[in-house]
Amino acid sequence: MPRLVNLHPSRGGALALGALPFLLLIAAYLFGSATRLAENPDDKLLPAPSAMVDTLKSYAIEEDRRSGEILWWLDTGASMKRLLIALGISALVGIVGGLAIGALPLVRSLLGPFVAALAMIPPLAILPILFIVLGLGEVAKIALIVFGVAPCIVRDVSLRAGELPKEQLIKAQTLGASSWLLATRVILPQLWPRLIDALRLTLGSAWLFLIAAEAIASTEGLGYRIFLVRRYLAMDVILPYVIWITLLAYTMDWLLRNTRARLFPWAEAH
Amino acid sequence: MAAVTVKNLWKEYGDQVVLENLNLQIADREFVTLIGASGCGKTTFLRMLLGVEQPTRGQLLIDGQPVPPEPGPDRGIVFQRYSLFPHLSVLENLMLGLEFSGSRWLGKLFGARRRAALEKAESLLEAIGLHTARDKYPSQLSGGMQQRLSIAQSVIREPKILLLDEPFGALDPGITADMHEIILRLWQANRMTIFMITHDLKESFQLGTRLLVFDKRRHDPHAPERYGATVTYDIPLNRKKQAMPAPALTVELAR
Repeated sequence: MPRLVNLHPSRGGALALGALPFLLLIAAYLFGSATRLAENPDDKLLPAPSAMVDTLKSYAIEEDRRSGEILWWLDTGASMKRLLIALGISALVGIVGGLAIGALPLVRSLLGPFVAALAMIPPLAILPILFIVLGLGEVAKIALIVFGVAPCIVRDVSLRAGELPKEQLIKAQTLGASSWLLATRVILPQLWPRLIDALRLTLGSAWLFLIAAEAIASTEGLGYRIFLVRRYLAMDVILPYVIWITLLAYTMDWLLRNTRARLFPWAEAH
Repeated sequence: MAAVTVKNLWKEYGDQVVLENLNLQIADREFVTLIGASGCGKTTFLRMLLGVEQPTRGQLLIDGQPVPPEPGPDRGIVFQRYSLFPHLSVLENLMLGLEFSGSRWLGKLFGARRRAALEKAESLLEAIGLHTARDKYPSQLSGGMQQRLSIAQSVIREPKILLLDEPFGALDPGITADMHEIILRLWQANRMTIFMITHDLKESFQLGTRLLVFDKRRHDPHAPERYGATVTYDIPLNRKKQAMPAPALTVELAR
C-alpha cells in the first residue's frame, strides 16, 4: 500500500472527485427544500427547482411589465460593463505602475511606500467619499472597483519585476539596451503573465466591490437586483442570480487562464 | 584594442577588505583565466570590469580610460546561469543585441536590416550547433545548450572584452570539451580580450594565455576581514607548453 501522499486519482477519478462536493450540495439542497415544502407549501427560504426555473423564465425571457426591459440581461449587461471597464483600467494602471516601480529605483522610492499604504485602505471605507465626490452614477462604482483592485495589481506586478534575475538585466545592458529598451523589450514582456495572474486573483474582490456599490446606489445590476428582492425574501430570484454571478466569474477566470497559456507559452511550467 | 591596466586597486566594503593593492597589465587579446578559493575577490574584480562595482581606491583602465560606471556593449558577460531571456526564442535571444543597437525606440528591426541581422544570427547559430533549436525557448534547452547560446549572445555585439563568470561550472564534464572549443574559436575569430573565472584548474591551464591566482597574502584568524586578496601567482601560459607547473600549484591551492 503506497503512502496517501502518493495516491493519485485517474483522469475519470479526478473528475468524479471534483464533481462530488457539487453533487452533495445539490442533494442537500433538494432534500432540505423538499422537507420544508412538505411541511409548509408557502415556504420561501428553500424554493423548489421548478419555482426557480419559473422565475428564471420571467426574468430572462419575458419583458418586465413596468419597464419593458428583460431584467436578467439588463442587470448582466450593466454589471459586466462596470466590471470590465474597471478591470481594464486596473490592468492598465497595474502594468504601467508595476513596470515603473519595478524597473526604476527612483520611481520605486517615490511610489513604493505610497502604493503600499494605498493598498491598505479598506476600499469600502472610502465608498461614501466616492459617492460624495463623484456622485451616485457609474463613475463612483467603477472608481470603487479600481481603488480596491489596482493597488494590489501594481504591487504584485512590481514584485515580479523585482524578482527578475539581476544577471538578465546586466546582460541586456552589455547588449546595449537603454533604460527604455530594457523596460519595453526585457522587463515588460515578462510581466504580462503575472498581470494575468494578478487579475485572476483580484477577480473575487472586484466582484465584491461591484456588488457592494450596486447594492447601495444603483437602478440596475446583478448586485442591485439581489438586494432589491431581498426585501421580499425572494430566494427564487437570489439563488439563480448568485449561481449566474458565480458562472460569470468562473468563465472570466477560465478565459484569463487560457489567454495566458496561449499568448505566453514560455511562462508555463515545463 | 582592449588592454587592461590595474593600478593600486583596492576594494573594500566598510571594514571588510576584499581586494588589496592589485597591480596588473593585461595585453590586448589575452585570454586571462582567474582562479582562487571562494570569496577571494575574483568575482568582485570581474564585476568592477563589468562596471557594476566601483573600485574603492586605485585605477582600473581599459585602453587608458577608466571603466564606465555601468555595463555597456564594449564588455560582454556570460554568467553561470540566468543570463538568457526566457520570453524569447533561441533566435530572438541572439538577435536581441543587434536589435538594441539598430533600433533605439522599438528595439526591433524591419526589412533589409532585419534580414542582415537574421543572417548574422543564423550563421552564429550554425557555428555553435544550435540551428535546429532556433525556435525553442531557453527553458526547453539543456544546460550546455543554454550556455552555448549565452556565449554566442554576448559575442554578437563584438565586445572588446568578454567576461566569463564560471560559465561551465554547472555543466557536465563531458560537455565542457565542446564548450572549450567554441570559446576558443570565438576568441580567435572576434579579437577579444577574455577574462574567465573558473574553479577547474585544468581548464584554466588549457584555455588561458595567462593565469591569475587570487589569494590572501596575510591572514588574521581573529579578524578574517582585515586583509584582502591579491594576485599571488601571475603565470604566463604558452599554449605549446601546457603541462607546466600544474601539480605544484594544486598543492598550493588545496591548502
